[in-house]
Amino acid sequence: MEKKRRREIGLVLVLLVVSGLSYFGIRQFQNSSTENAVAVIFVEDKEVGRYPLSKDIRITVSGKDDGENVVEIKDCKVRVVKASCPDLICVHHQEISKNGETIVCLPNRVVVEVQSEEEAEVDGTTH
Amino acid sequence: MKGRKAGQIAYLGMLTALAFILSYVESILPISLGIPGVKIGLANLTVMVALYTVGVKEALCLSFIRIILVGFTFGNLASMMYSVAGGVVSFLVMVVLFHFEIFTETGVSIAGGVAHNLGQLLVAVLVVENAKLLFYFPVLCFSGTVAGCFIGVLAAMIIKRVKKVYKQ
Repeated sequence: MEKKRRREIGLVLVLLVVSGLSYFGIRQFQNSSTENAVAVIFVEDKEVGRYPLSKDIRITVSGKDDGENVVEIKDCKVRVVKASCPDLICVHHQEISKNGETIVCLPNRVVVEVQSEEEAEVDGTTH
Repeated sequence: MKGRKAGQIAYLGMLTALAFILSYVESILPISLGIPGVKIGLANLTVMVALYTVGVKEALCLSFIRIILVGFTFGNLASMMYSVAGGVVSFLVMVVLFHFEIFTETGVSIAGGVAHNLGQLLVAVLVVENAKLLFYFPVLCFSGTVAGCFIGVLAAMIIKRVKKVYKQ
């Protein structure tokens, strides 16, 4: 019993360290500026559009099996406001704005991803 | 012999009904952190109890029947697919840890919770073919640990009491 408890505490510590480290690793990666970021929309791993976060816009995406998702960009943040899928996980997802963050609608196979445009950033600072 | 078998069927039927209800309760709980996949896993309580009081085969049946029932009643084919993925991975991990008696109930449940989340995450990555989904990994790993710990402690308390009443 004692031995099992000790192993268990080890397991919990390892899991906490792994999730902590990976969290900060990803944070580091996301820390690039969001000024030139774009929202890239994929349907079944094909890119269907990219929109700068700096401009407020509403986009209707047609996904798999006539599914529809309405993506909104407002104040440099992206969210899905309407969707035809039954579970609405994408609609309840929090807003995204950092590099690499995604909102996924699995039934419609729609992925919205924030990417910071590295090239644009370099241009902006050197000239 | 015959009587014992009937008792076991009744007991498993009760656990299945309980798993079904717990899945429903969980689906109406208004807890949402805005991150998909973060949940308590209440139904895993019954799987744990079945695993420790009846056996591996019976617990597997219970888990499988629950997923099918819940999938057809409250979900859809897509959500059922993720349930199966998470359920199978977490069950395998729990059975191995249970069989070799590496942890107590709490550890088995924690490993099962984390494995469940990872299984679902991997299936999601394969379905949408976007590896960026792995960004959810830290949150899901952490939430699986916390939820698994909670369920495991509860399950240990229930198993101890059930074992006094229900003896094979």
